[in-house]
Amino acid sequence: MRLVVDLNRCQGYAQCAFLAPDVFAMHGDEGLLYDPEAESAQRERVAQAVAACPVQAILVDEMDMAAAGRAAASGEAPHA
Amino acid sequence: MPDGSLDRLKREGRIVVVGASLAGLRAAETLRDKGFEGTLTMIGDEPYEPYDRPPLSKQVLLGKATAEHTALPRRREIDAEWRLGVPASGLDMAARRVKLADGDEVPYDRLMIATGVRARPWPNEAEAELDGVFVLRTRDDGAGLARRLDAGPKRVLVIGAGFTGSEIASACRERGLEVTVAERGDAPLVGALGGVIGAVAAEMHRENGVDLRTGVMVTRLEGGATGRVRAAHFSDGTTLECDVVVVSLGAQRNTEWLAGSGLGAGPRGIACDAGCRAFDVRGIVTDDVFVAGDVARSPHPLFGYQFLSLEHWGNAVAQAETAAHNMLSESSDRRPHIWVPAFWSSQFGVNIKSVGVPSMGTEIMITQGSRAERRFTGVYGYQGRVIGAVTFDNCRWLQFYEQQIEATAPFPPPFPTVDRRADGQRPIPADFPDPSVPTHGPTITLSGYSPADRRMTFTPAGH
Repeated sequence: MRLVVDLNRCQGYAQCAFLAPDVFAMHGDEGLLYDPEAESAQRERVAQAVAACPVQAILVDEMDMAAAGRAAASGEAPHA
Repeated sequence: MPDGSLDRLKREGRIVVVGASLAGLRAAETLRDKGFEGTLTMIGDEPYEPYDRPPLSKQVLLGKATAEHTALPRRREIDAEWRLGVPASGLDMAARRVKLADGDEVPYDRLMIATGVRARPWPNEAEAELDGVFVLRTRDDGAGLARRLDAGPKRVLVIGAGFTGSEIASACRERGLEVTVAERGDAPLVGALGGVIGAVAAEMHRENGVDLRTGVMVTRLEGGATGRVRAAHFSDGTTLECDVVVVSLGAQRNTEWLAGSGLGAGPRGIACDAGCRAFDVRGIVTDDVFVAGDVARSPHPLFGYQFLSLEHWGNAVAQAETAAHNMLSESSDRRPHIWVPAFWSSQFGVNIKSVGVPSMGTEIMITQGSRAERRFTGVYGYQGRVIGAVTFDNCRWLQFYEQQIEATAPFPPPFPTVDRRADGQRPIPADFPDPSVPTHGPTITLSGYSPADRRMTFTPAGH
Protein backbone atom coordinates (compact mmCIF):
# COMPACT_ATOMS: atom_id res chain seq x y z
CA MET A 1 0.00 0.00 0.00
CA ARG A 2 1.27 3.43 -0.95
CA LEU A 3 1.27 6.33 1.46
CA VAL A 4 2.65 9.81 1.84
CA VAL A 5 2.84 12.15 4.82
CA ASP A 6 2.37 15.88 4.28
CA LEU A 7 5.32 17.00 6.37
CA ASN A 8 4.19 20.61 6.17
CA ARG A 9 1.25 19.55 8.28
CA CYS A 10 3.04 17.00 10.47
CA GLN A 11 3.79 18.39 13.93
CA GLY A 12 5.53 15.37 15.36
CA TYR A 13 2.76 14.06 17.61
CA ALA A 14 4.10 10.53 16.98
CA GLN A 15 0.69 8.86 17.10
CA CYS A 16 1.51 7.09 13.84
CA ALA A 17 4.86 5.84 15.15
CA PHE A 18 3.05 4.46 18.20
CA LEU A 19 0.26 2.76 16.25
CA ALA A 20 2.23 1.48 13.25
CA PRO A 21 5.88 1.33 14.34
CA ASP A 22 6.92 -0.81 11.36
CA VAL A 23 5.82 1.94 8.97
CA PHE A 24 6.44 5.21 10.85
CA ALA A 25 9.43 6.11 13.00
CA MET A 26 10.45 9.29 14.74
CA HIS A 27 13.82 10.62 13.71
CA GLY A 28 15.03 12.85 16.47
CA ASP A 29 12.50 14.71 18.61
CA GLU A 30 9.98 15.72 15.97
CA GLY A 31 11.18 14.51 12.58
CA LEU A 32 9.31 11.62 10.94
CA LEU A 33 10.49 8.86 8.64
CA TYR A 34 8.06 6.49 7.00
CA ASP A 35 7.99 3.65 4.52
CA PRO A 36 6.16 5.04 1.45
CA GLU A 37 5.18 1.54 0.35
CA ALA A 38 4.15 -0.38 3.43
CA GLU A 39 3.42 -4.11 3.45
CA SER A 40 -0.26 -4.84 3.00
CA ALA A 41 -0.15 -6.68 6.32
CA GLN A 42 0.22 -3.21 7.88
CA ARG A 43 -3.03 -1.96 6.39
CA GLU A 44 -5.10 -1.92 9.55
CA ARG A 45 -2.36 -0.36 11.64
CA VAL A 46 -1.86 2.32 9.00
CA ALA A 47 -5.62 2.95 8.93
CA GLN A 48 -5.47 3.52 12.68
CA ALA A 49 -2.54 5.90 12.23
CA VAL A 50 -4.44 7.83 9.55
CA ALA A 51 -7.42 8.17 11.86
CA ALA A 52 -5.36 9.11 14.91
CA CYS A 53 -3.14 11.77 13.28
CA PRO A 54 -4.16 15.04 15.01
CA VAL A 55 -3.36 17.09 11.89
CA GLN A 56 -4.60 14.54 9.31
CA ALA A 57 -1.28 14.55 7.47
CA ILE A 58 -1.24 10.94 6.25
CA LEU A 59 -2.61 10.13 2.80
CA VAL A 60 -3.04 6.50 1.79
CA ASP A 61 -4.05 5.17 -1.60
CA GLU A 62 -7.79 5.60 -1.96
CA MET A 63 -8.23 1.97 -3.02
CA ASP A 64 -6.20 0.69 -0.09
CA MET A 65 -8.16 2.81 2.34
CA ALA A 66 -11.43 1.39 1.11
CA ALA A 67 -10.17 -2.06 2.07
CA ALA A 68 -8.92 -0.80 5.44
CA GLY A 69 -12.24 0.93 6.06
CA ARG A 70 -14.03 -2.39 5.62
CA ALA A 71 -11.64 -3.97 8.13
CA ALA A 72 -12.26 -1.15 10.60
CA ALA A 73 -16.02 -1.46 10.18
CA SER A 74 -15.81 -5.14 11.01
CA GLY A 75 -14.47 -4.22 14.44
CA GLU A 76 -10.80 -5.02 13.92
CA ALA A 77 -9.66 -1.44 14.42
CA PRO A 78 -10.66 0.85 17.29
CA HIS A 79 -12.48 4.06 16.60
CA ALA A 80 -10.44 7.24 16.87
CA MET B 1 -18.70 33.54 -21.19
CA PRO B 2 -21.36 31.18 -19.92
CA ASP B 3 -22.21 30.01 -23.43
CA GLY B 4 -22.03 26.30 -22.75
CA SER B 5 -18.47 25.96 -23.98
CA LEU B 6 -17.29 25.14 -20.49
CA ASP B 7 -19.87 22.38 -20.16
CA ARG B 8 -18.73 21.04 -23.49
CA LEU B 9 -15.09 21.12 -22.32
CA LYS B 10 -16.00 19.23 -19.16
CA ARG B 11 -18.01 16.65 -21.06
CA GLU B 12 -15.88 15.92 -24.09
CA GLY B 13 -12.79 18.17 -23.98
CA ARG B 14 -9.16 17.14 -24.19
CA ILE B 15 -6.81 18.08 -21.36
CA VAL B 16 -3.10 17.32 -21.55
CA VAL B 17 -0.87 17.38 -18.48
CA VAL B 18 2.85 17.59 -19.23
CA GLY B 19 4.83 16.43 -16.22
CA ALA B 20 3.84 13.27 -14.40
CA SER B 21 5.06 14.03 -10.90
CA LEU B 22 3.41 15.41 -7.76
CA ALA B 23 1.86 18.52 -9.33
CA GLY B 24 0.74 16.70 -12.48
CA LEU B 25 -0.91 13.89 -10.54
CA ARG B 26 -2.74 16.16 -8.09
CA ALA B 27 -3.91 18.33 -10.99
CA ALA B 28 -5.30 15.28 -12.78
CA GLU B 29 -7.12 14.11 -9.66
CA THR B 30 -8.60 17.56 -9.13
CA LEU B 31 -9.79 17.74 -12.73
CA ARG B 32 -11.71 14.50 -12.30
CA ASP B 33 -13.01 15.65 -8.91
CA LYS B 34 -14.38 18.78 -10.57
CA GLY B 35 -16.33 16.71 -13.02
CA PHE B 36 -14.05 16.60 -16.03
CA GLU B 37 -15.22 13.63 -18.12
CA GLY B 38 -13.19 14.19 -21.29
CA THR B 39 -9.87 12.78 -22.43
CA LEU B 40 -6.99 13.23 -20.01
CA THR B 41 -3.43 12.56 -21.19
CA MET B 42 -0.48 12.45 -18.78
CA ILE B 43 2.95 12.93 -20.35
CA GLY B 44 6.12 12.18 -18.39
CA ASP B 45 9.76 11.91 -19.41
CA GLU B 46 10.53 9.23 -16.84
CA PRO B 47 9.20 5.70 -17.35
CA TYR B 48 7.65 5.65 -13.87
CA GLU B 49 4.25 6.58 -12.54
CA PRO B 50 4.29 9.64 -10.28
CA TYR B 51 6.52 9.15 -7.25
CA ASP B 52 7.51 11.18 -4.22
CA ARG B 53 10.92 12.81 -4.13
CA PRO B 54 11.53 13.90 -0.50
CA PRO B 55 12.20 10.32 0.68
CA LEU B 56 15.02 9.98 -1.86
CA SER B 57 17.39 12.11 0.22
CA LYS B 58 16.14 10.79 3.55
CA GLN B 59 14.70 7.33 4.19
CA VAL B 60 16.02 5.88 0.92
CA LEU B 61 19.63 6.85 1.74
CA LEU B 62 19.13 5.59 5.28
CA GLY B 63 18.04 2.21 3.93
CA LYS B 64 14.55 2.50 5.47
CA ALA B 65 12.80 2.51 2.08
CA THR B 66 13.79 1.82 -1.49
CA ALA B 67 13.71 4.33 -4.32
CA GLU B 68 11.58 1.91 -6.38
CA HIS B 69 8.86 2.04 -3.73
CA THR B 70 8.10 5.75 -3.52
CA ALA B 71 5.09 5.85 -5.86
CA LEU B 72 2.60 8.47 -4.71
CA PRO B 73 -0.73 7.30 -3.36
CA ARG B 74 -3.73 8.21 -5.47
CA ARG B 75 -6.58 10.25 -4.07
CA ARG B 76 -8.89 8.77 -6.69
CA GLU B 77 -8.96 7.04 -10.07
CA ILE B 78 -8.00 9.47 -12.81
CA ASP B 79 -8.70 7.34 -15.87
CA ALA B 80 -5.88 8.90 -17.87
CA GLU B 81 -3.99 7.90 -20.94
CA TRP B 82 -0.37 7.67 -19.79
CA ARG B 83 2.51 8.58 -22.08
CA LEU B 84 5.43 7.76 -19.80
CA GLY B 85 9.10 7.58 -20.75
CA VAL B 86 8.73 10.13 -23.53
CA PRO B 87 9.48 13.81 -22.94
CA ALA B 88 7.50 16.61 -24.52
CA SER B 89 9.70 18.30 -27.11
CA GLY B 90 7.66 21.24 -28.29
CA LEU B 91 4.45 23.20 -28.13
CA ASP B 92 2.39 24.66 -30.96
CA MET B 93 0.15 27.14 -29.18
CA ALA B 94 -1.75 28.18 -32.32
CA ALA B 95 -2.64 24.60 -33.26
CA ARG B 96 -2.97 23.55 -29.61
CA ARG B 97 -0.69 20.55 -29.91
CA VAL B 98 2.07 19.17 -27.69
CA LYS B 99 4.91 17.53 -29.60
CA LEU B 100 6.58 14.49 -28.15
CA ALA B 101 10.19 13.38 -28.55
CA ASP B 102 9.04 10.22 -30.34
CA GLY B 103 7.47 12.33 -33.08
CA ASP B 104 3.91 11.98 -31.90
CA GLU B 105 1.66 15.00 -31.33
CA VAL B 106 -1.11 15.31 -28.77
CA PRO B 107 -3.90 17.85 -29.32
CA TYR B 108 -5.47 19.68 -26.39
CA ASP B 109 -8.20 22.11 -25.48
CA ARG B 110 -6.53 22.93 -22.18
CA LEU B 111 -2.86 22.33 -21.32
CA MET B 112 -1.30 21.97 -17.88
CA ILE B 113 2.47 22.32 -17.69
CA ALA B 114 4.10 20.84 -14.60
CA THR B 115 7.52 19.84 -15.91
CA GLY B 116 9.32 20.85 -12.71
CA VAL B 117 13.07 21.11 -12.33
CA ARG B 118 16.04 18.84 -12.72
CA ALA B 119 19.31 18.68 -10.82
CA ARG B 120 21.96 21.11 -12.01
CA PRO B 121 24.67 18.84 -13.37
CA TRP B 122 28.39 19.08 -12.70
CA PRO B 123 29.54 21.62 -15.30
CA ASN B 124 32.42 19.55 -16.68
CA GLU B 125 30.73 16.85 -18.74
CA ALA B 126 33.63 14.42 -18.80
CA GLU B 127 34.01 14.65 -15.03
CA ALA B 128 30.25 14.33 -14.54
CA GLU B 129 30.39 11.04 -16.47
CA LEU B 130 32.90 9.48 -14.07
CA ASP B 131 31.66 6.40 -12.28
CA GLY B 132 30.74 7.37 -8.72
CA VAL B 133 29.60 10.93 -9.55
CA PHE B 134 25.91 11.46 -8.81
CA VAL B 135 23.21 14.05 -8.66
CA LEU B 136 20.08 13.37 -6.61
CA ARG B 137 16.75 14.27 -8.09
CA THR B 138 15.11 11.26 -9.71
CA ARG B 139 14.14 7.81 -8.60
CA ASP B 140 17.04 6.36 -10.63
CA ASP B 141 19.46 8.81 -8.99
CA GLY B 142 18.23 7.74 -5.56
CA ALA B 143 18.47 4.02 -6.32
CA GLY B 144 21.99 4.38 -7.76
CA LEU B 145 23.30 6.46 -4.87
CA ALA B 146 21.73 4.20 -2.23
CA ARG B 147 23.37 1.16 -3.87
CA ARG B 148 26.73 2.89 -3.85
CA LEU B 149 26.40 3.88 -0.20
CA ASP B 150 25.43 0.27 0.62
CA ALA B 151 28.74 -0.82 -0.87
CA GLY B 152 30.57 1.16 1.83
CA PRO B 153 32.62 3.85 0.09
CA LYS B 154 35.73 5.13 1.88
CA ARG B 155 34.74 8.79 1.57
CA VAL B 156 31.79 10.63 0.10
CA LEU B 157 32.17 14.19 -1.15
CA VAL B 158 29.02 16.32 -1.26
CA ILE B 159 29.39 19.46 -3.36
CA GLY B 160 26.95 22.12 -2.16
CA ALA B 161 25.46 22.47 1.31
CA GLY B 162 21.87 23.38 0.56
CA PHE B 163 19.03 21.31 1.96
CA THR B 164 19.58 18.28 -0.25
CA GLY B 165 23.35 18.32 0.19
CA SER B 166 22.99 18.62 3.97
CA GLU B 167 20.47 15.77 4.07
CA ILE B 168 22.81 13.55 2.06
CA ALA B 169 25.70 14.36 4.41
CA SER B 170 23.48 13.63 7.39
CA ALA B 171 22.43 10.24 5.97
CA CYS B 172 26.06 9.33 5.28
CA ARG B 173 27.06 10.07 8.87
CA GLU B 174 24.12 8.11 10.20
CA ARG B 175 25.39 5.15 8.18
CA GLY B 176 28.87 5.65 9.61
CA LEU B 177 30.38 6.81 6.31
CA GLU B 178 33.12 9.43 6.11
CA VAL B 179 31.81 12.51 4.36
CA THR B 180 33.23 15.84 3.26
CA VAL B 181 30.95 18.73 2.33
CA ALA B 182 32.28 21.53 0.12
CA GLU B 183 30.29 24.76 0.10
CA ARG B 184 31.15 27.90 -1.80
CA GLY B 185 29.29 30.12 0.70
CA ASP B 186 30.29 30.77 4.28
CA ALA B 187 27.99 28.14 5.79
CA PRO B 188 25.37 25.51 4.91
CA LEU B 189 21.85 26.76 4.12
CA VAL B 190 22.91 30.43 3.92
CA GLY B 191 21.07 31.05 0.66
CA ALA B 192 17.73 30.01 2.13
CA LEU B 193 18.10 30.95 5.81
CA GLY B 194 20.99 33.43 6.14
CA GLY B 195 24.25 33.44 8.03
CA VAL B 196 22.84 33.44 11.57
CA ILE B 197 21.08 30.13 10.96
CA GLY B 198 23.88 28.98 8.65
CA ALA B 199 26.27 29.13 11.61
CA VAL B 200 23.97 26.79 13.54
CA ALA B 201 23.88 24.42 10.56
CA ALA B 202 27.68 24.48 10.31
CA GLU B 203 27.98 23.46 13.96
CA MET B 204 25.51 20.64 13.37
CA HIS B 205 27.61 19.31 10.51
CA ARG B 206 30.85 19.41 12.48
CA GLU B 207 29.42 17.97 15.70
CA ASN B 208 28.15 15.04 13.68
CA GLY B 209 31.54 14.34 12.20
CA VAL B 210 31.14 15.94 8.77
CA ASP B 211 34.33 17.38 7.32
CA LEU B 212 32.70 20.70 6.37
CA ARG B 213 34.71 23.02 4.15
CA THR B 214 33.20 26.44 3.47
CA GLY B 215 34.30 29.32 1.29
CA VAL B 216 35.81 26.81 -1.10
CA MET B 217 35.02 25.48 -4.57
CA VAL B 218 35.70 22.14 -6.15
CA THR B 219 37.71 22.91 -9.27
CA ARG B 220 38.20 19.43 -10.72
CA LEU B 221 37.15 15.83 -10.25
CA GLU B 222 39.78 13.25 -11.04
CA GLY B 223 39.12 9.73 -12.27
CA GLY B 224 41.26 6.62 -11.94
CA ALA B 225 42.29 4.24 -14.71
CA THR B 226 38.91 2.46 -14.62
CA GLY B 227 36.96 5.67 -15.09
CA ARG B 228 35.92 5.79 -11.48
CA VAL B 229 36.19 9.02 -9.49
CA ARG B 230 39.04 8.93 -7.00
CA ALA B 231 39.83 12.51 -5.98
CA ALA B 232 38.61 16.09 -5.98
CA HIS B 233 40.70 19.23 -6.25
CA PHE B 234 39.72 22.36 -4.34
CA SER B 235 40.21 26.06 -5.01
CA ASP B 236 42.42 26.37 -1.92
CA GLY B 237 44.94 24.02 -3.53
CA THR B 238 44.06 20.95 -1.48
CA THR B 239 43.12 17.53 -2.82
CA LEU B 240 40.68 15.06 -1.33
CA GLU B 241 40.53 11.34 -2.01
CA CYS B 242 36.92 10.24 -2.43
CA ASP B 243 35.13 7.40 -4.23
CA VAL B 244 31.61 8.86 -4.32
CA VAL B 245 30.76 12.46 -5.25
CA VAL B 246 27.26 13.89 -5.00
CA VAL B 247 26.79 17.11 -6.92
CA SER B 248 24.15 19.08 -5.06
CA LEU B 249 24.14 22.48 -6.69
CA GLY B 250 20.45 23.24 -6.90
CA ALA B 251 18.06 22.87 -9.77
CA GLN B 252 17.33 24.01 -13.30
CA ARG B 253 13.84 24.49 -14.62
CA ASN B 254 12.62 22.22 -17.37
CA THR B 255 11.54 24.82 -19.91
CA GLU B 256 13.88 24.19 -22.86
CA TRP B 257 11.20 22.21 -24.66
CA LEU B 258 9.14 25.40 -24.86
CA ALA B 259 11.81 27.38 -26.72
CA GLY B 260 10.27 29.10 -29.71
CA SER B 261 6.74 28.20 -28.66
CA GLY B 262 5.80 31.77 -27.85
CA LEU B 263 5.14 30.95 -24.22
CA GLY B 264 6.79 33.13 -21.56
CA ALA B 265 9.19 30.41 -20.47
CA GLY B 266 12.87 30.70 -19.64
CA PRO B 267 15.58 29.67 -17.20
CA ARG B 268 13.59 31.15 -14.29
CA GLY B 269 10.49 29.13 -15.10
CA ILE B 270 7.17 29.91 -16.72
CA ALA B 271 5.56 33.17 -15.69
CA CYS B 272 1.88 32.96 -14.88
CA ASP B 273 -0.80 35.08 -13.27
CA ALA B 274 -2.13 34.41 -9.77
CA GLY B 275 -4.68 32.08 -11.35
CA CYS B 276 -1.92 29.85 -12.83
CA ARG B 277 -2.54 30.98 -16.43
CA ALA B 278 0.73 31.18 -18.34
CA PHE B 279 1.96 34.38 -19.96
CA ASP B 280 3.13 34.39 -23.54
CA VAL B 281 6.37 36.09 -24.59
CA ARG B 282 4.52 39.36 -25.13
CA GLY B 283 3.36 39.38 -21.52
CA ILE B 284 -0.22 38.57 -22.46
CA VAL B 285 -1.97 35.99 -20.36
CA THR B 286 -3.13 32.84 -22.13
CA ASP B 287 -6.49 31.31 -21.45
CA ASP B 288 -5.78 27.67 -22.24
CA VAL B 289 -2.27 27.07 -20.88
CA PHE B 290 -1.88 26.62 -17.15
CA VAL B 291 1.22 25.94 -15.06
CA ALA B 292 1.87 24.52 -11.60
CA GLY B 293 4.66 23.32 -9.35
CA ASP B 294 8.40 24.00 -9.41
CA VAL B 295 8.39 25.24 -13.00
CA ALA B 296 5.81 27.99 -12.39
CA ARG B 297 6.45 31.46 -11.09
CA SER B 298 3.60 33.66 -10.07
CA PRO B 299 3.04 37.00 -8.34
CA HIS B 300 2.29 36.96 -4.63
CA PRO B 301 0.50 39.83 -2.87
CA LEU B 302 2.12 39.09 0.50
CA PHE B 303 5.56 39.53 -0.99
CA GLY B 304 5.13 42.73 -2.97
CA TYR B 305 3.63 40.94 -5.98
CA GLN B 306 7.08 39.65 -6.77
CA PHE B 307 7.07 36.57 -8.94
CA LEU B 308 7.91 33.62 -6.74
CA SER B 309 8.98 30.26 -7.96
CA LEU B 310 8.91 27.71 -5.20
CA GLU B 311 10.56 24.31 -5.13
CA HIS B 312 8.25 23.25 -2.35
CA TRP B 313 6.25 20.05 -2.04
CA GLY B 314 3.19 21.73 -0.59
CA ASN B 315 3.23 24.41 -3.25
CA ALA B 316 3.14 21.78 -5.99
CA VAL B 317 0.00 20.29 -4.46
CA ALA B 318 -1.79 23.57 -3.79
CA GLN B 319 -0.91 25.19 -7.09
CA ALA B 320 -1.95 22.09 -9.05
CA GLU B 321 -5.32 22.09 -7.31
CA THR B 322 -5.87 25.77 -8.03
CA ALA B 323 -4.75 25.47 -11.65
CA ALA B 324 -7.06 22.51 -12.22
CA HIS B 325 -9.97 24.33 -10.62
CA ASN B 326 -9.40 27.43 -12.74
CA MET B 327 -9.02 25.34 -15.88
CA LEU B 328 -12.64 24.25 -15.55
CA SER B 329 -14.11 27.52 -14.20
CA GLU B 330 -15.74 30.61 -15.62
CA SER B 331 -13.51 33.63 -15.07
CA SER B 332 -15.68 34.87 -12.18
CA ASP B 333 -15.23 31.56 -10.36
CA ARG B 334 -11.45 31.39 -10.61
CA ARG B 335 -9.30 31.39 -7.50
CA PRO B 336 -5.86 32.92 -6.93
CA HIS B 337 -2.94 30.79 -5.82
CA ILE B 338 -1.65 32.67 -2.80
CA TRP B 339 -0.10 29.85 -0.82
CA VAL B 340 2.30 30.88 1.93
CA PRO B 341 5.65 29.25 1.13
CA ALA B 342 6.50 26.42 3.52
CA PHE B 343 9.05 23.64 3.52
CA TRP B 344 10.75 21.14 5.75
CA SER B 345 14.06 19.38 5.99
CA SER B 346 15.36 16.69 8.29
CA GLN B 347 19.06 16.47 8.99
CA PHE B 348 21.25 15.24 11.84
CA GLY B 349 18.10 14.24 13.70
CA VAL B 350 16.81 17.84 13.71
CA ASN B 351 13.51 18.81 12.12
CA ILE B 352 13.88 22.09 10.24
CA LYS B 353 10.76 23.86 9.00
CA SER B 354 10.12 27.25 7.54
CA VAL B 355 7.25 29.47 6.40
CA GLY B 356 7.16 32.69 4.44
CA VAL B 357 10.19 33.96 2.55
CA PRO B 358 13.11 34.10 5.01
CA SER B 359 15.48 35.13 2.22
CA MET B 360 13.59 38.43 1.90
CA GLY B 361 14.34 39.14 5.56
CA THR B 362 17.02 41.56 6.62
CA GLU B 363 16.80 40.86 10.35
CA ILE B 364 16.15 37.82 12.50
CA MET B 365 15.02 37.46 16.09
CA ILE B 366 15.17 34.22 18.07
CA THR B 367 11.78 34.36 19.75
CA GLN B 368 11.81 30.94 21.40
CA GLY B 369 14.51 28.60 22.60
CA SER B 370 18.19 28.87 21.82
CA ARG B 371 20.46 28.15 18.92
CA ALA B 372 22.93 26.36 21.17
CA GLU B 373 20.29 23.75 22.02
CA ARG B 374 19.21 23.37 18.36
CA ARG B 375 15.66 24.02 19.45
CA PHE B 376 14.40 27.45 18.57
CA THR B 377 12.17 29.67 16.48
CA GLY B 378 13.71 32.40 14.34
CA VAL B 379 11.48 35.14 12.95
CA TYR B 380 12.58 37.17 9.93
CA GLY B 381 11.78 40.85 9.52
CA TYR B 382 11.61 42.99 6.40
CA GLN B 383 10.77 46.69 6.45
CA GLY B 384 9.15 46.46 9.87
CA ARG B 385 6.98 43.41 9.23
CA VAL B 386 7.21 39.67 9.76
CA ILE B 387 8.19 38.07 6.46
CA GLY B 388 9.29 34.54 7.39
CA ALA B 389 10.06 32.13 10.21
CA VAL B 390 12.19 29.04 10.73
CA THR B 391 12.06 26.43 13.45
CA PHE B 392 14.59 23.85 14.54
CA ASP B 393 12.71 21.12 16.47
CA ASN B 394 10.08 23.69 17.37
CA CYS B 395 7.52 23.21 14.60
CA ARG B 396 4.37 23.76 16.62
CA TRP B 397 5.13 27.48 16.71
CA LEU B 398 5.20 27.72 12.96
CA GLN B 399 1.47 28.03 12.39
CA PHE B 400 1.35 31.05 14.67
CA TYR B 401 4.04 32.82 12.68
CA GLU B 402 2.36 31.84 9.43
CA GLN B 403 -0.64 33.82 10.66
CA GLN B 404 1.65 36.71 11.53
CA ILE B 405 3.03 36.69 8.00
CA GLU B 406 -0.45 36.55 6.49
CA ALA B 407 -1.50 39.48 8.67
CA THR B 408 1.65 41.47 7.76
CA ALA B 409 2.24 41.77 11.51
CA PRO B 410 4.91 44.19 12.80
CA PHE B 411 8.53 43.18 13.29
CA PRO B 412 10.04 42.84 15.79
CA PRO B 413 7.04 41.04 17.26
CA PRO B 414 5.83 43.26 20.11
CA PHE B 415 4.41 40.44 22.23
CA PRO B 416 6.34 38.54 24.90
CA THR B 417 6.76 34.80 24.30
CA VAL B 418 7.53 31.95 26.62
CA ASP B 419 10.98 30.43 26.50
CA ARG B 420 12.60 33.59 25.18
CA ARG B 421 16.25 33.87 26.09
CA ALA B 422 18.48 36.85 26.72
CA ASP B 423 19.85 36.73 23.18
CA GLY B 424 16.34 36.84 21.72
CA GLN B 425 15.35 40.23 23.10
CA ARG B 426 16.18 42.17 19.97
CA PRO B 427 16.68 41.54 16.25
CA ILE B 428 20.09 40.99 14.71
CA PRO B 429 21.06 41.16 11.03
CA ALA B 430 19.95 37.95 9.28
CA ASP B 431 23.20 37.98 7.29
CA PHE B 432 22.12 36.79 3.87
CA PRO B 433 24.95 36.60 1.37
CA ASP B 434 25.32 39.20 -1.35
CA PRO B 435 22.84 38.04 -4.02
CA SER B 436 25.38 38.72 -6.74
CA VAL B 437 27.58 35.94 -5.33
CA PRO B 438 26.30 32.61 -6.62
CA THR B 439 25.54 29.89 -4.11
CA HIS B 440 23.73 26.58 -4.51
CA GLY B 441 20.57 28.70 -4.47
CA PRO B 442 17.59 28.82 -2.17
CA THR B 443 14.41 26.90 -2.89
CA ILE B 444 12.57 30.19 -3.39
CA THR B 445 13.48 32.47 -6.25
CA LEU B 446 12.25 36.02 -5.91
CA SER B 447 10.96 38.15 -8.76
CA GLY B 448 12.29 35.76 -11.34
CA TYR B 449 15.51 37.70 -11.50
CA SER B 450 18.84 37.31 -9.81
CA PRO B 451 21.60 39.90 -10.22
CA ALA B 452 23.97 36.95 -10.54
CA ASP B 453 22.20 35.73 -13.64
CA ARG B 454 23.54 37.35 -16.76
CA ARG B 455 22.17 34.84 -19.22
CA MET B 456 19.10 36.82 -20.14
CA THR B 457 19.20 39.76 -22.52
CA PHE B 458 16.35 41.94 -23.69
CA THR B 459 16.03 41.86 -27.47
CA PRO B 460 13.12 44.00 -28.67
CA ALA B 461 11.26 42.78 -31.72
CA GLY B 462 12.13 44.67 -34.90
CA HIS B 463 8.95 46.59 -35.57
